[in-house]
Amino acid sequence: MAPLQLDAGRIARARDSARRIARQVFDEMNAFTTTTVERATLRLMGIDGIDEHQVPLPNRVVSHLHERGLLAHGAAALVAGAMAQHGLSAQQVAERICAGTLALERPRDERAARRQADAVAQAMCERITARRAERDAQLATLGQGPTPWLYLIVATGNIHEDVKQARAAAQQGADIIAVIRSTGQSLLDYVPYGATTEGFGGTYATQENFRLMRAALDEVGRQVKRYIRLTNYCSGLCMPEIAAMGAMERLDMMLNDSMYGIIFRDINMKRTFIDQFFSRMINGHAGIIINTGEDNYLTTADAYEAAHTVLASQLINEQFAYLSGLTPELMGLGHAFEIHPGMDNGFLWELAHAQLARQVFPEATLKYMPPTKHMTGNIFKGHVQDALFNVVSTLTQQNIHLLGMMTEAIHTPFIQDRFLSIQNARYVFGTMRELHGEIEFKAGGQIEQRAQQVLAQAESMLAEVQRIGLEAAIGRGMFAEISRSATGGKGLDGVVAKADDYFNPFPARMLGGQAERAAA
Amino acid sequence: MNLTVQPADLPANSPHEGDHPAAPAPRWVKPYGDTLDDGRVQLSFTLPVALDDVAKEGARRLALAMGLEEPSVAHAEDIGQGFSFFVVYGQCAHRIDLSTVQVARPEFEVLPKERIDALIAERMGRKLVVIGACIETDAHTVGIDAIMNMKGYNGHKGLESYHQIRAINLGAQVDSEVLVARAIEEHADVILVSQVVTQKNIHLDNLTRLADILEAEGLRDKVILVVGGPRISHELAKELGYDAGFGPGSYAEDVASFAIHEWMQRHAA
Repeated sequence: MAPLQLDAGRIARARDSARRIARQVFDEMNAFTTTTVERATLRLMGIDGIDEHQVPLPNRVVSHLHERGLLAHGAAALVAGAMAQHGLSAQQVAERICAGTLALERPRDERAARRQADAVAQAMCERITARRAERDAQLATLGQGPTPWLYLIVATGNIHEDVKQARAAAQQGADIIAVIRSTGQSLLDYVPYGATTEGFGGTYATQENFRLMRAALDEVGRQVKRYIRLTNYCSGLCMPEIAAMGAMERLDMMLNDSMYGIIFRDINMKRTFIDQFFSRMINGHAGIIINTGEDNYLTTADAYEAAHTVLASQLINEQFAYLSGLTPELMGLGHAFEIHPGMDNGFLWELAHAQLARQVFPEATLKYMPPTKHMTGNIFKGHVQDALFNVVSTLTQQNIHLLGMMTEAIHTPFIQDRFLSIQNARYVFGTMRELHGEIEFKAGGQIEQRAQQVLAQAESMLAEVQRIGLEAAIGRGMFAEISRSATGGKGLDGVVAKADDYFNPFPARMLGGQAERAAA
Repeated sequence: MNLTVQPADLPANSPHEGDHPAAPAPRWVKPYGDTLDDGRVQLSFTLPVALDDVAKEGARRLALAMGLEEPSVAHAEDIGQGFSFFVVYGQCAHRIDLSTVQVARPEFEVLPKERIDALIAERMGRKLVVIGACIETDAHTVGIDAIMNMKGYNGHKGLESYHQIRAINLGAQVDSEVLVARAIEEHADVILVSQVVTQKNIHLDNLTRLADILEAEGLRDKVILVVGGPRISHELAKELGYDAGFGPGSYAEDVASFAIHEWMQRHAA
């Protein structure tokens, strides 16, 4: 569709504010690490498995270092020092710590330990690069669906049932399968282990579950001759570890927002900002598209009145993503179709908001979320709401299209709910395939004016956030009308100030030249 | 369920009903399509088999077994991976006497916001304290937000907007212990919990746990305990030991009206 006339100066100013906001947070948080960043580092060095009480070994090793007052130096060189000294693998070091036969201490030869850690990091980075190449090869041979990609959720709690439903969904036309996590996993300060068959409202994110679903989707992808992308949730108290697991198992997308955990899960700000930086860095290296969570703002705040908070947050998420080395096509910036269906001209405003996101982020892989807040038990009306959402998505050329379910307000979808939803989207996308190229927005019309208004509001909001700082802005409830304090929330006890000689081999390897650009 | 269901071919006034002279006049109903008592209903379902003639006939017979007369499969479609989807119409053989149906609902008058505020000011002489949360693993705040947040829902302002209510919304995934501790600290008159996720009946475990903790703390009789959610009914809430339950379509004024009504009942003496 011929673009809306937007003030480029406004967009540039808003983006510049967001850049300064993100930079300030990054500089302040760079002095800290967290328990889960260190556990992710250990996972990337090859430590996995659980002890006899189901406690993951990365947790055991980090607790061990914490107890000995060593965590501030970074886990990598300490473990690598023991590897070098005793001729062990990282896993063997972890096992001996658990058995009580080995206690970690400062390496005798710090430089040798760092060299060892870096060699392990290099091997892992190469392994992840190889998985990325596998994806590229499959995309080249199998191809992929046209955008908007159909994104479907499975959530039975049992990975084996999920696999069945995911295969059916792919066969019906899904391009992306997201395995929703068991409710509550975001607040676990460890990652469960192994294939799981019990979950509530979703299935635990474990490395084995990732592997099982990846294999199933690769198989069905070959049948349907279309690469099927796999999504999970890189959020909560174990963000970096989930990212590490996803990188190793070739996930394609991760929900990964810079502020979602703070606002909606009451996770401490510091913890979240530190974790999101490290997790995004891993995602970027693995070529994983992050999905941000701005749609959630509109489930608590009003979708019309708070539209500018979505744009402001997208700009902040974009800048945080740049700092972690992500390129625009890996940025699945989120927004949603949540205006009250009873509002006059609500469809015009949805169109304005979606087109605004498209134009402000022309290269991003935008993620568009369906109506949820105003879905009711009237499934027939709900199916129409979803159809209108589908229309906006194709007209404004969104990339990731989370399918709306007519039974949204009732239950986790039945297999037929997904089928009908895909049928609805394919119908709309097919019958309107090239409509976006045939029609134009009226210059100076209501849709254009609305987009300009939202942009102006976002610009002034970001100027205010820049003035007071992101911490204070969240404290004032400027996002989603929910207020959080810097010292409140879960997980602050896992934040550790880095010692002067803190060492982690991954940022230099994963960010490479991008780190220097980000630092410039 | 104690609903009186009868196949349509039984006489409306079977002899045993005469044993209760005080019983109200029966009001028999059955589904309406386009003619009174045609009993027409629609349903859709999936069978875990690939679509073929056997599956289709199976779907029709299943509808017969469900009590539908003259069922017809209006639509059948293979949806992949060995599943088939059906839309079926038929005539419901059953009917129901509405005069025998009783529905548990809290007994109170729903008042407008201004009247509730006035009542609290007059009868309590202080603010009514309401503390709310999605408890345990539940992360879905859409319900509690709709009732508690300033903005409310569908044009119905939330409890935060009531001058005479102190509304404290703790948000998602609040441990029952944390909720109870805050309730004590804030001298809460009302505890309002929301449960949206109901997969495998986890909400029943969560709600029971909260009620048990309140009981153990000796607080159960001191607070008005209310639950809401899409799968919550007043009847279920009472069974779980709650004072009231609010299902879909409830707004802040429903909860607030109940709360002040219940408070006045308890402080009638």
